[in-house]
Amino acid sequence: MERIPILKMGEFLLVTIQVDMHDRLALTLQDDLTSQIVKNKAKGVLIDISTLEMVDSFIGRMLGSIAGMARLLDAETVVVGMQPSVAITLVELGLSMQGIRTALDVEKGMAALTAAVTRAREAADDGIEL
Amino acid sequence: MTVLNSESMELRSSEDIVMVRQAVRRKAVALGFGLVDQTKVVTASSELARNTIDYGGGGTVQLEVVENDRRSGLRLVFEDRGPGIPDIELALKDGYTTGHGMGLGLGGAKRLSHEFEVLSKPGEGTRISMLRWR
Repeated sequence: MERIPILKMGEFLLVTIQVDMHDRLALTLQDDLTSQIVKNKAKGVLIDISTLEMVDSFIGRMLGSIAGMARLLDAETVVVGMQPSVAITLVELGLSMQGIRTALDVEKGMAALTAAVTRAREAADDGIEL
Repeated sequence: MTVLNSESMELRSSEDIVMVRQAVRRKAVALGFGLVDQTKVVTASSELARNTIDYGGGGTVQLEVVENDRRSGLRLVFEDRGPGIPDIELALKDGYTTGHGMGLGLGGAKRLSHEFEVLSKPGEGTRISMLRWR
């Protein structure tokens, strides 16, 4: 069965979506990612969509679900590399992707994940509930 | 308005949605659409193709390159023989859904189009036509 590869890098998981995903493939990715977060005790998920030429409401919803599920599993999600034409279209479509952390590229996304995880650790050490 | 060329595609599975997106992209590029306009028409086609499959039980899409005396454009006509839409006004509202989506498909596709028309008869089917000029 066709699958989108998930790479492990330290305590983060990396996904690069490079194909025009059909709906079932998107749902498989959602399932795979959630089980990999638990299996690897991952603290962050970075999803690179820089080669995606289109994000419709289905894919947008899938990205939102991944971020929501990851949060429940104690992991942060960052979506990186959205093309400007995709961002313009998404807003006109009515999808503002609220609740999804984004970054311009992989480097900035990794920095955001690292910062978020460090903050969470420090807060935990201080005994503060986030 | 003149139809310069026309192509019909079947809509049965989620793979067909991908095929439609790619065909629409090819035609938009051939027509000289800019990248943002390409993305808009491809995204709208994806929403409408999914609606045809999810709510209409499958159907067809007609891809037409059209022109009038001033400009050319891409018209997409989605047809199904499904249950139809009882209240079109309501179906066009953001957030309204009878399925498990977000209810953005129809209203969103309309916003991404220059001309948009929904014809539906309960029990007989739905025909949605969208046009984006270059």
